[in-house]
Amino acid sequence: MSAFILIRLKAARPQLALLVLALLVNVFVAPGFLDLRLQDGRLFGGLIDILNRGAPVMLLAVGMAPVIATRGIDLSVGVIMAISGAVAAAGVNAGLAWPLAILAALATGLVCGLWNGLLVAVFRLQPIVATLILMVAGRGIAQLITEGRILTFTEPHLIAVAGATLAALPLPVVLALAAAGLTGLLVRTTALGLFVEAVGTNPRSSRLAGVHTSLVLGAVYVWSGLMAALAGLIATADIKGADANNAGLWLELDAILAVVIGGTSLYGGRFSIGRSVLGALVLQAMRTAILRAGLPPELNLVLMALVVAAVLTQQSPAFRPLAQSLLARFKNKEAQA
Amino acid sequence: MAVTPPPVVLAARGLTRQYPGVRALDGVDLTLRAGEIHALLGENGAGKSTLINLLTGAQPRDGGTITVDGVAIDPDGPGGAVKAGIAAVYQEITLLPNLSVAQNLYLGREPTRWGLVHRSRMNREGGALLRRFGLAIDASRPLSDFSTAVQQLIAIARAVDLSAKVLILDEPTASLDTAEVQTLFTLLRVLRDQGLAIVFVTHFLDQVYALTDRITVLRNGRLVGERRTADLPRLDLVAMMLGKTPTAESHLSRRPAAAIPAGAPLVRAEGLGRRRLVGAFDAALHAGAVLGAAGLLGSGRTETALLLFGVETADQGQLLVDGKAVTLRSPRDAIRLGFGFCPEDRKLDGIVAGLSIRENIVLALQAKRGWWRRLSTAQQHELADRYIKLLDIRTPDAEKPIQLLSGGNQQKALLARWLATEPRLLILDEPTRGIDVGAHAEIVRLLEDLRDRGMALYVISSEIEEVAAYSDRVLVMRDRAPAGLLEGDSITPAAIVNAIAADHHTQGAA
Repeated sequence: MSAFILIRLKAARPQLALLVLALLVNVFVAPGFLDLRLQDGRLFGGLIDILNRGAPVMLLAVGMAPVIATRGIDLSVGVIMAISGAVAAAGVNAGLAWPLAILAALATGLVCGLWNGLLVAVFRLQPIVATLILMVAGRGIAQLITEGRILTFTEPHLIAVAGATLAALPLPVVLALAAAGLTGLLVRTTALGLFVEAVGTNPRSSRLAGVHTSLVLGAVYVWSGLMAALAGLIATADIKGADANNAGLWLELDAILAVVIGGTSLYGGRFSIGRSVLGALVLQAMRTAILRAGLPPELNLVLMALVVAAVLTQQSPAFRPLAQSLLARFKNKEAQA
Repeated sequence: MAVTPPPVVLAARGLTRQYPGVRALDGVDLTLRAGEIHALLGENGAGKSTLINLLTGAQPRDGGTITVDGVAIDPDGPGGAVKAGIAAVYQEITLLPNLSVAQNLYLGREPTRWGLVHRSRMNREGGALLRRFGLAIDASRPLSDFSTAVQQLIAIARAVDLSAKVLILDEPTASLDTAEVQTLFTLLRVLRDQGLAIVFVTHFLDQVYALTDRITVLRNGRLVGERRTADLPRLDLVAMMLGKTPTAESHLSRRPAAAIPAGAPLVRAEGLGRRRLVGAFDAALHAGAVLGAAGLLGSGRTETALLLFGVETADQGQLLVDGKAVTLRSPRDAIRLGFGFCPEDRKLDGIVAGLSIRENIVLALQAKRGWWRRLSTAQQHELADRYIKLLDIRTPDAEKPIQLLSGGNQQKALLARWLATEPRLLILDEPTRGIDVGAHAEIVRLLEDLRDRGMALYVISSEIEEVAAYSDRVLVMRDRAPAGLLEGDSITPAAIVNAIAADHHTQGAA
């Protein structure tokens, strides 16, 4: 098992390097960033903040990675966050017991995922269009549930989803890491990982080899919906209210970026849950660094765009031969000199 | 008919096109004369598409010259070929269904007034143009309102109007019904009589003889020959296309009829068929026996496999497995019954490029077990290593991406994928296509070995000699319908060619 983990770590070197780089910037702009202290049974410090703030996108990335591996995309995860948060808030406000409210929120995510899966796997819509439908309609659905207001609540258990501490860590961190671990186990100890990668690489031959392609396609969207619902619960609990307009806004893009930084190609195929989580942490570390440096937050978007452009260019099939030939020419010149 | 031949419009000499690892076209000549319809024939991989692509400039050529009316041209990009008078219409119509007929006809060269598109003039002129092609339709209506056949005619009208010397038609009749084909032929004859040189690519031999004046046959990227249609018996044409060489190195010999297992077949197809795919055919597959399928490309030979493996669902006849009627709705249904299928297009339908050899080998077995019962990594390695050794797949290890293997080794890996599921029936479509000679013989030996171990085999191949050698029965397909069943000693290459060539000619073996 340890050899297995070592191999995984080796594959994750680019993501780890990026993360270390982003953390170093944090240390540079805010000395003492790495300090950890234990207070009232809970760890505090810059690293914990990054994990805690990054938890929703980590969850979204965990759901998004298998979707992208099937050559798909899920644009609706940000909206699913808003809907599930609204369901939970409306539930407790209507007097529903908190476990039931949470279950209802998660079930909402499942149903949303099922809808996406149905459109993609059964009706063969293009994933980008299929999930765009929910992305557009979903805000409206969430607003209908909250009746256009920010639906605040005081139910302590629901608030605890974002505020509680487990094993000295904020609960969102534990939830995100547990979901990542569970998903990783699910895809690698069953044959789902192989099926997802096979379907994403060549759906035709996979079908001819007997892989139930529509089931695999449907399953990844359902899982993505569930992860998004969990992220929505955390975001809602965090502000003690369901904000249909802003909950999860544009976070689908962060999730896609995280998965791409994690080395999963948008052309489908190989994917890694662990590296996608690292990708989400890289994004959060960058964001934190910019905030701590006192730079305008708008800069964040520009910087993130640059990182994405760099990562995608590096993955592009047209770039590699170009880079290689440039490198070879450079080396030749050196040899001649 | 010793008339002086009409003037040469297009002369291509020594056309060559090299792809990585394969020479798709090797020094091919093509001569087109004014007022002639010229059939361009050949099996898969013969180089027809490549030749067309070089003529239209869709691909650059690596060698050779093209002259039109005696002037050397360099069709650098599709525009260049159009300027030289060469236009092509493809099987998949490349017009825009959401635009109007007139917009399609004048795309990129719309008549304008004050810098804007002169729509009414465009519709008027479009209508007039189509009337000259025998189509009385309203050119302002969207293209998608019309049938495939009419769209085809519109595509031809556009091509001819653009450049009226050479018209290349790539399988124009593939999706037309009989009446539509006749309409198309009438138009083509008119165009021919106007002096156009027409290249006609098709798989239907009847159409070749009904329409064309001259035939060029390609095989494996080389020119086999050019003949006048009237002087080339059907039998000789089929022999040219299939390259039936004398049995020089045929080390294969059919086993005696006594060795063929008798008794009830494992799988029996009775009148199995699907509209617009393949006509009703019968087939009986016995354990420990080989049923061969022969026929030209487009004869329906592949389609029989699609029905037997549930890739397409039959809408007539029935399929009996172990004497019980079954309906196959998907490949998974067939796999559950113990079937396996190595498809014709290894790259598109066979290998999962990007995954390792190991993952490719275990895929079918894993799919059969379901997602929950994963083969452990150790089991996967054991399975992959066993088959790599057994089938002599040449690779340093099982973790290499499968696309790095040669064609023959990819084919062996696909065989391994199915052998791992321990199938009762293995369907192989062109198992030896694009494989070098050595691996070729290995694959055939493997198939014979599987047969001897009691597997039922259904082997589709255009290698007539091979089919004749290892098959116990041969199903011959022609024009998407069965054309005969050969058994025992009646299986000879000549007999197969005879059956394929729609046996009106009784000259005997070619």
